[in-house]
Amino acid sequence: MLEVKGIENGIVIDHIQAGKGLKVFNRLFSATDNSVVLLMNVTSKQLGRKDIIKIENTFDVNMDILGIIDPNITVNIIKDNKLVEKLKAEIPKSLKGGLQCQNPRCITHTDDYAEPEFKLISANGKLEYECSYCEEITVYKL
Amino acid sequence: MRHLIEPEDLTIDEINRLVEVGLDMYSNPKVYNKICDGKILASLFFEPSTRTKFSFDSAMMRLGGNVIGFADASTSSTSKGESLADTIKVMGAYADIIVMRHPKEGAPKLASQYSRLPIINGGDGGHQHPTQTLTDLITIKRFKQTVNGHNVAFCGDLKYGRTVHSLIRTLARFGNTKFILISPDELKLPSALKRQLTSQYGVELVEVTSMEDVIDDIDILYMTRIQKERFFNEEDYLKLKNSYKLTREKLKNAKPDMIVMHPLPRVNEIGYDVDDDKRAVYFEQAEMGVYVRMALISMMLEVGPYARS
Ligand SMILES: [Zn+2]
Repeated sequence: MLEVKGIENGIVIDHIQAGKGLKVFNRLFSATDNSVVLLMNVTSKQLGRKDIIKIENTFDVNMDILGIIDPNITVNIIKDNKLVEKLKAEIPKSLKGGLQCQNPRCITHTDDYAEPEFKLISANGKLEYECSYCEEITVYKL
Repeated sequence: MRHLIEPEDLTIDEINRLVEVGLDMYSNPKVYNKICDGKILASLFFEPSTRTKFSFDSAMMRLGGNVIGFADASTSSTSKGESLADTIKVMGAYADIIVMRHPKEGAPKLASQYSRLPIINGGDGGHQHPTQTLTDLITIKRFKQTVNGHNVAFCGDLKYGRTVHSLIRTLARFGNTKFILISPDELKLPSALKRQLTSQYGVELVEVTSMEDVIDDIDILYMTRIQKERFFNEEDYLKLKNSYKLTREKLKNAKPDMIVMHPLPRVNEIGYDVDDDKRAVYFEQAEMGVYVRMALISMMLEVGPYARS
């Protein structure tokens, strides 16, 4: 197996469904200056195959975005080579930012003051979020 | 401070009171013609709607208040790129209450987050138009004495018509449990709304494609416009538009005390020969819109019958 050393300070985003690692990277870390390792198709006891992201000197991560991409993701926060916190992603009940309203007539597309806010309506195979402004449903496929 | 963005912002009790107060304003206008003395309504129409604007302006003037504003966005500072939030914040110093119409859905909600004045939604795209629903309810109350207990039928474009969606939902909240829906297959009530009506309110929906089949059973017939743009081809449109047109001939089989409503403007879905029939109340409906808006303005400004003692 490909060897990648652990990180001293930073986060490890683990148990990402194989194939979704790049999506997580693009949504959350594409602009970072810190070192990032993206591991894809790693053998996993639980998942068969999984993706992993390791990023140095970063401790903040948007758990809501991780939750809509894949609620099985776990996040390990590492400081001085020690695991200090373990977080579990979950499907967010509400979302601020992170999604675009699907309704082309919605005010959130044209007014900078209107930050899209969503409420989870259903999580049955696909995630349905209701826009707090126009009340249309935006679907995010799991 | 209150805002009215959608009908659900009002309780059933509050709607009942607005209808009562509106009817009293209609019967005794002199009692109320000074209660908004010194107050200013900002009437901000980011998209033109002459009918709604005049109805609000008239309502405020009949209460003794004044009106400022614009009738379409090209004459407002928005055309210079000002954000809605800034326009609304500035208005705080110029007026006491705001009515706004906006082509973007959710714009009144956004405005309410930045406003120190009460905001009334005068229509936001295809989303909400709560004062049309209030207008419909006061009309039903005036002509049928009660809001509940009637066989209500909706005819025409039930798919895109927000007026219909909003009125059905509100009547369901009032406890109406049966509606007749008359429309072509292409323009049926959206299934999400049907599900909500049946699961949340236990409503029974009777869907038919022909007005003639049900006309003798209807107490309130709510007509809507069928727009040409909704059809793939001209042929389908021409074929259908006449089957959903109300004529004097079709009215022959209707109950003598049925009422015919329409949010106006009509195009050709109600024949002009129906206007003289005493069952046609759509012009009175537009008139009642002014009185229920008067009641609403009084409520939001806490004046007249709504003054805090
Ligand atoms: Zn929206």
